[in-house]
Amino acid sequence: MKSCLIVDDSRVIRKVARQILEELHFTTVEAVDGKEALDCCRDSMPDAILLDWNMPVMSGIDFLRKLRQEQGGELPVVVFCTTENDIEHITEAIQAGANEYIMKPFDRDIIETKFTEVGLV
Amino acid sequence: MNKSDFDFLCDFLRQRSGLILSQDKMYLIESRLLPVAKKNGLKSLEELVAAIRRGQDKKLVQLVTEAMTTNESFFFRDKTPFDTLRDQVLPALIEARGSSRQLRIWSAAASTGQEPYSIAMILKDLQARMQGWRLDIIGTDLSHEVLEKARAGMYSQFEVQRGLPIQMLVKYFKQIGEMWQIDAGLRAMVNFQPGNLLERFDSLGKFDIIFCRNVLIYFDQETKKDILERMVRQMPEDGMLFLGSAETVLGVTDQLAAVKGLRGVYCKKSLLTTVSSPRPAAAPLAAKSA
Ligand SMILES: C[S@@+](CC[C@H](N)C(=O)[O-])C[C@H]1O[C@@H](n2cnc3c(N)ncnc32)[C@H](O)[C@@H]1O
Repeated sequence: MKSCLIVDDSRVIRKVARQILEELHFTTVEAVDGKEALDCCRDSMPDAILLDWNMPVMSGIDFLRKLRQEQGGELPVVVFCTTENDIEHITEAIQAGANEYIMKPFDRDIIETKFTEVGLV
Repeated sequence: MNKSDFDFLCDFLRQRSGLILSQDKMYLIESRLLPVAKKNGLKSLEELVAAIRRGQDKKLVQLVTEAMTTNESFFFRDKTPFDTLRDQVLPALIEARGSSRQLRIWSAAASTGQEPYSIAMILKDLQARMQGWRLDIIGTDLSHEVLEKARAGMYSQFEVQRGLPIQMLVKYFKQIGEMWQIDAGLRAMVNFQPGNLLERFDSLGKFDIIFCRNVLIYFDQETKKDILERMVRQMPEDGMLFLGSAETVLGVTDQLAAVKGLRGVYCKKSLLTTVSSPRPAAAPLAAKSA
């Protein structure tokens, strides 16, 4: 079973995402901001990360840049999942090393097709 | 709706578009045709059916036919066929057409354009290997309404997230307000025109690749056979046909055969028997089907 770290400051979003990912046979871990996510990764690198952009303490993009510097940090497939839906944010995310990008609102189909595209499902 | 009206509509739709409706699809008729009736100043389905029976209002006839089609489509639908196109079918054809340097592709039920545009994006990504080639992509559909949307190439945020890799979105789309528009270069690569598969399509010419996906499922065996066999006549010896994931030629026609190892891809039966001769193009593919 593959593991996915869900990083979002909204408990509701984490819960919805967890349900979908568990249906897609992922084990899930949750973090409420970039810093907590980084701690999780240092503890154990997940196969995938579903990542919000705007969060207190450490944003998604800052987390991603740090993650890609970490040992083994190039491995997780990172899928942004954010309300930021303009081309500038998307380009910035790709340059920082994101593999896919979901614009909120999302549903099960979107998560499934995006995860399929990057070879996770 | 009474049985005679229902039977009339079923007959009418089968003749106009090939659509087969079973009794349990009554709800579909109501949910799709009531708005058409209202929009045209008719108070009920009964009045709508009466108007169609009179048959004078050609526009209404077309509107009703279109309203009953299912137009759902996605970019790179089912992913695998498009991987196959890019990694297997196109490389073989590029080699085979090295001297004519021309490739013609037909999306035979193009709907809102996601299918032909997915093909166009793949060709664009391969363009380094096709410098100076003449590439034709033709998208046809029965419905004028979907073709209009296809030509505009304008998609919602929801539509661009179902199947379209994010790099493709960045590379080939422009954000316009809440919508995303595919770039003018790609729009210019695809020629959209109305076309009913029940009618003759030989004037479109020959196609190296035909996508006929998720449309035959709505038709009866006889119609499927007729369409597929007429498509065979529009394909060169080494032409390839892509069907939808729920569609097959098996038990429908013996003029086409599945290409082994390539799911959803079919070629002329005659190609399989000429594999050993060096001439027919898609040699690597044909070898697979042997
Ligand atoms: C479900 S869509 C398939 C779109 C695309 N090929 C795909 O796989 O995503 C089916 C399309 O077939 C069109 N269609 C239905 N009957 C047709 C006919 N007799 N001739 C041409 N197009 C037809 C409908 O208008 C609709 O746009």
